[in-house]
Amino acid sequence: MLNRVGKQTLIFRNKPRVIGSFSIVGPKEGKGNFGKYFHKILQDDLFGEKSYESAESKMLIMAITEAINDAQVNRDEIDALFAGDLMNQIISSSFAARTLEVPYFGLFGACSTMAESLIMGACHVDGGFARYAACATGSHFSSAEKQFRYPLELGTQRPPTSQWTVTGMGCTILGNSQKGISVDYATIGKVVDWNVTDANNMGAAMAPAAMSTLKAHFDDTGKTPDDYDLILTGDLGKLGSEILIDLMEYQGYKLGSNYNDCGQMIYNNTQKTFMGGSGCGCGASILNSYVYSRMKKGELKNVLFVATGALMSTLSSQQGNSIPSIAHAVALSVGGENV
Amino acid sequence: MFDPLMYVKVFAIGGLVCLIGQLLIITTKMTSARILVTFLLFGVVLEALKLFEPIREFAGAGISVPIIGFGASLAHGAISAGETMGLLGVLTGGLTATAGGIAVAIFAGYIFGLIFNSKTK
Amino acid sequence: MYITERNKKYNAYVEAKMPKTKPWPSLFRAFWVGGLICCLGELIKDLCLYFFPYMTIADAYAWALIILILLASFLTGVGIFDKIGAYAGAGTIVPITGFSNSIASPALEFKREGLVFGLMSKMFVIAGPVIVTGVVSSIVVGLIYLIFNL
Repeated sequence: MLNRVGKQTLIFRNKPRVIGSFSIVGPKEGKGNFGKYFHKILQDDLFGEKSYESAESKMLIMAITEAINDAQVNRDEIDALFAGDLMNQIISSSFAARTLEVPYFGLFGACSTMAESLIMGACHVDGGFARYAACATGSHFSSAEKQFRYPLELGTQRPPTSQWTVTGMGCTILGNSQKGISVDYATIGKVVDWNVTDANNMGAAMAPAAMSTLKAHFDDTGKTPDDYDLILTGDLGKLGSEILIDLMEYQGYKLGSNYNDCGQMIYNNTQKTFMGGSGCGCGASILNSYVYSRMKKGELKNVLFVATGALMSTLSSQQGNSIPSIAHAVALSVGGENV
Repeated sequence: MFDPLMYVKVFAIGGLVCLIGQLLIITTKMTSARILVTFLLFGVVLEALKLFEPIREFAGAGISVPIIGFGASLAHGAISAGETMGLLGVLTGGLTATAGGIAVAIFAGYIFGLIFNSKTK
Repeated sequence: MYITERNKKYNAYVEAKMPKTKPWPSLFRAFWVGGLICCLGELIKDLCLYFFPYMTIADAYAWALIILILLASFLTGVGIFDKIGAYAGAGTIVPITGFSNSIASPALEFKREGLVFGLMSKMFVIAGPVIVTGVVSSIVVGLIYLIFNL
């Protein structure tokens, strides 16, 4: 029997469940709106390392290790680690996997990696290919800035549509369990490009991808936006999420007060981040702290997490290419809905 | 020396040049490297048209501190050394005239680069 | 056909949806900070002439630039320049301080990649184009003057 509905959506009949999670963020994120939810807030985002790249890898190691502890399993029982990040050749994840010594798949989905890794992990657990799977990703402001933009000390102004790369990591451990948060559906996104070329306006570039995946999800499953207590996009930011609301309305779906975006939630208004947060760590840190904790308390029952990613590089931008984007959706629930 | 009127002129012209730069950033989304290149070329053109010197007499540091002044010195060096030394002067004059600025920028960048680390924001 | 039409419409829609910031505050900030830096240059020139009466005016201006370059480089090192730059925009980029900052900031940033391939080679990622443009255009202008004997 094919475990699919519609064109792009997977059903997880064996209900892989979230059995452990961990989030770790930098000082700026700690001062933001979700400071009390994150598991660990660093005082110094160099984390005792010599470079921001090493710090990023160390943070990822900590997120994965602590999530494994939270799940109360042995590291040997983690049969697959799915991780990715923004650095060239995903070095942060691969270097973390080197230390952790668990079977590893490196993923690149830019900022959509949290959803991508959850989908891959859920597939492995659901299909009986892994007892436990670790799904992790993260980003670091200073290393991303160095790779994608300018030196930190260069005196330039950030454009008003820009977003602030989140220094944060998140890891979810999936496994077979009787209760807890389950992964019910996943909708795999297509790469969408509506010819936005401005690398300082990622929200506008990614919003069509989020729309495409959301529409596919609702079409495939027959659900409506009202079936979810929370529809959460990854890092569209203020402008991007306003655009998504408009695009969905045009498609005939109304996103109401149950819709929000990690990018526009994470920082408060005094932190001068313009359109809000971005980066793999944006969705990852909020999903693994705030969302799971509210779901465990029963305040949220059905959540649709849609992580969005911009799949360009500095080279493609310099060559004048537009920004292709992707979004993956994961439907999570507590209580266990019968499929 | 220390002429208050001169400082008013320096402030006005220097400020105006920067304001034009800011206007370019806002309207064309130019990056700082492009801004620097554009203003440098503008300085070269001003010198080539022999307009720079009169403006400097009027505005002093207001025109020579912006990167326009750097471009003008380059062009001025190439032109005047060309007059005395011919083709060799054209090739060496520009960098000779600006060697001080470039050398100090490189030296200071190197030394401070060794001493300090960039800080996260 | 439909796709190009849709993309065009979407980009126009995004353009209209973009937050509109008023240009005046940032223009004013660039104006006063830029003007002040130029005044500082004039002051250094005047001080040079005051203490060294036999210095030529051209040399005094050269010293003014050198001291501004040193100052901007130092402020970059201690992590203050980028804050002034974020406030003033072109007010610090257009004066020679911007050139200095564009050399010092990558030197600091890429130190971890080693002295040769990091600090020294990355020093010119932003300032390189400026030097290239300057050298090429000045030679072109010099040649024109030489050929036409102006």
